[in-house]
Amino acid sequence: MTVTIAFLAILAAIAFAWLARQRLFARPWLEQGILDEGTATPRPDMTPKVGLGLLLAVIGSLFALFIGAYVIRADSLDWRPVPVPPVIWFNTALLVLASICLEWALDASRRDRSPIARRALLLATAFGLAFLVGQLLAWQQLSESGYFVAGNPSNSFFYLLTGLHGLHIIGGLVALSIVTRRAYASVASGKLALNVELCATYWLFLLFVWVALLALLSGGAAQFIDLCRQLFT
Amino acid sequence: MAEITGDPGRAIPPAEVEDIELPHPHSWWTKYVFSQDAKVIALQYAGTASAIGLVALILSWLMRLQLAFPGALPFIDADAYYQFITMHGMIMVIYLITAIFLGGFGNYLIPLMLGARDMVFPYVNMLSYWTYLLAVLILAASFFAPGGPTGAGWTLYPPQAILDNTPGQEAGLVMMLVSLIVFVIGFTMGGLNYVVTVLQGRTRGMTLMRMPLTVWGIFIATVMAMLAFPSLFVACVMLLFDKLLGTSFFMPSLVEMGTQLNYGGGSPILFQHLFWFFGHPEVYIVALPAFGIVSDLISTHARKNIFGYRMMVWAIVAIGALSFLVWAHHMYVSGMNPYFGFLFATTTLIIAIPTAIKVYNWVLTLWRGDIHFTPPMLFALGFIVTFLNGGLTGLFLGNVVVDVPLSETLFVVAHFHMVMGVAPILVIFGAIYQWYPKATGRMLDDTMARIHFWVTFVGAYLIFFPMHYLGLLGVPRRYFELGDMSFVTPSVHDLNIFITIVAWIVGAVQLLFIFNIFWSLRHGKPSGPNPWRATTLEWQTPQTPPAHGNWGKDLPVVYRWAYDYSVPGAPEDFIPQNQPGQFGAEAHRR
Repeated sequence: MTVTIAFLAILAAIAFAWLARQRLFARPWLEQGILDEGTATPRPDMTPKVGLGLLLAVIGSLFALFIGAYVIRADSLDWRPVPVPPVIWFNTALLVLASICLEWALDASRRDRSPIARRALLLATAFGLAFLVGQLLAWQQLSESGYFVAGNPSNSFFYLLTGLHGLHIIGGLVALSIVTRRAYASVASGKLALNVELCATYWLFLLFVWVALLALLSGGAAQFIDLCRQLFT
Repeated sequence: MAEITGDPGRAIPPAEVEDIELPHPHSWWTKYVFSQDAKVIALQYAGTASAIGLVALILSWLMRLQLAFPGALPFIDADAYYQFITMHGMIMVIYLITAIFLGGFGNYLIPLMLGARDMVFPYVNMLSYWTYLLAVLILAASFFAPGGPTGAGWTLYPPQAILDNTPGQEAGLVMMLVSLIVFVIGFTMGGLNYVVTVLQGRTRGMTLMRMPLTVWGIFIATVMAMLAFPSLFVACVMLLFDKLLGTSFFMPSLVEMGTQLNYGGGSPILFQHLFWFFGHPEVYIVALPAFGIVSDLISTHARKNIFGYRMMVWAIVAIGALSFLVWAHHMYVSGMNPYFGFLFATTTLIIAIPTAIKVYNWVLTLWRGDIHFTPPMLFALGFIVTFLNGGLTGLFLGNVVVDVPLSETLFVVAHFHMVMGVAPILVIFGAIYQWYPKATGRMLDDTMARIHFWVTFVGAYLIFFPMHYLGLLGVPRRYFELGDMSFVTPSVHDLNIFITIVAWIVGAVQLLFIFNIFWSLRHGKPSGPNPWRATTLEWQTPQTPPAHGNWGKDLPVVYRWAYDYSVPGAPEDFIPQNQPGQFGAEAHRR
């Protein structure tokens, strides 16, 4: 659970940093009238971003919990690390490309160049889809080489974590296709830029999650975990 | 709004906030069924939660019958008893109390108390309710599944939850896990709304430190729930894998009835960690909204400002943070490292500090107040006493050496029913008596309310106080009949019968409460907009019940905190939050 607690500690630090700017030491019983709220005033234009940030915190803690469970379970005697299929690395490149395309689309939509933005959004969708196909291919390769889901806890975690990440990618694709359709329906550019920005943030976050999962599943994180374990025991 | 004489103060133009476009209903269906109005969603949440809660109440009646008169009802065998226990616990903790506090009161009160027109994402808010309803339906359907609902206990501990001789281990368990997963998804959608509305939807002048404590409690509880429920989600998904796909996340290698099962190497303790990493914050997820609501009820009905508002806010935040560091005190008997237990006993006892601060502040708010024993106030006072009593036995159980012998006895049952069952439910009742007039425009009948309170309050003590004693005698929990054991004296049986009779009476009086709710819809006294003469914004709406969009043309502007009761020099003993002007010592100083 160390991973989980560490993740939550980071969230808590962010939350407390924010709370510290909210005049928690005010004496509201003495203050009548309108206050000069300064930074504490809510800005309605930030609402979608705040909402997304919160959603990412929840998804982050979900994966942090899975990783925590992985670390605990990996400590047992029956654990045989699963060999990561090479196609995974190719998929990772696809996910990176999808994020790059989204940044490109964001840049274009901010400069009001909607034809470029549309093309970039379509490309991002294509890369996202290709990533999903690639992940299914990885599953197929694994099961063909005899690594079934119930064979070893390490296999189980591989299918579980990639599957769950894939579900979040599907969610991202749904959002992305809605934004792409809006881009073609010529929505006001300011609104489109916001939509694209939300999408780009979500996909970037999923890329980070994927890199963390890959480090864990491919064993790159194992040395790091060993180090942590030595530190804590 | 109060009639003001003297300096009315300079009114300030309402917030220059771009009005949000509300999805106004076009038909009966979008107005009452697929509504995106937080107030309608709140009532849907509350109604669904109460309906499934009644099922859990009936289950507790049946279990009490079995304990007092073993074998009296032929359909209650050991299997059925465990299924009843499991469903009773799960429904009460998650589908009733959590849903009604956050989905019900959260939806109703957050936008109104903050001066917002609605939640910030109304469509997602509607989806949240329908997802919750789906979770409830899956859960209810498991009663009719082949083999019945799961009887694994509300904690669903593997390996026993999955093994053959646990009742409902096929369809029942799967439906329970799926229902919980759906619930977490639905809750996350609602939770996003509650938190972001508090962060972004406040009207002009409503700083965080001017929010009523109700909103603070619901806000922090929701943040906790959004971080704790993923843990339940993870546990359920992995247990579902173990059950359906034969993985061994939690399942150790074991032999059942002479056959070696296909599992091996899994860690049941891992499940316990995940479960209680959700399960302990869950206690405070239901307690914090209760704390918040009680603070407001007490201040309003004692006509006095809440004592130590800042301390109350800090305590809520501190409890929220600390509650993530105490989960393993549910696992003292799991064979964990004693030093680990020591660590968790320490954090458990530390959390008593902010909680005690809150209790002191409530008592000091009452001190020399002008106390009105209205139904909401009666329930609020009942909560303080009950929570204190339940909390005191928590000090027993928080210590490893005391917990180990008591852990498997009725003492634990009595403890958590007092602190997490009776106490929050008293607040739910109090809150319904408080805000029913706002939601319907009519008061609940006072006589029925008083009968409801006294029978519930006294009855709860008659049920659970003797149960502590049974626990100290060593009467084990989870047993569906006690049989003839040397430590089970005749007095134990007599007490059991007594508890059962009281439980039936207390259950029956809840039906009176439900009758009151329906009866008063038509026959209740008209309440007017502000029957309790309260300061917070929800009582200042132009219409009662508030229309979609809550406010008229302009949003309210907030000039003061939520607790300006009995301010010297003010024309009335309360000053609404949206009342401009200077009163009291501040006015004199000018």
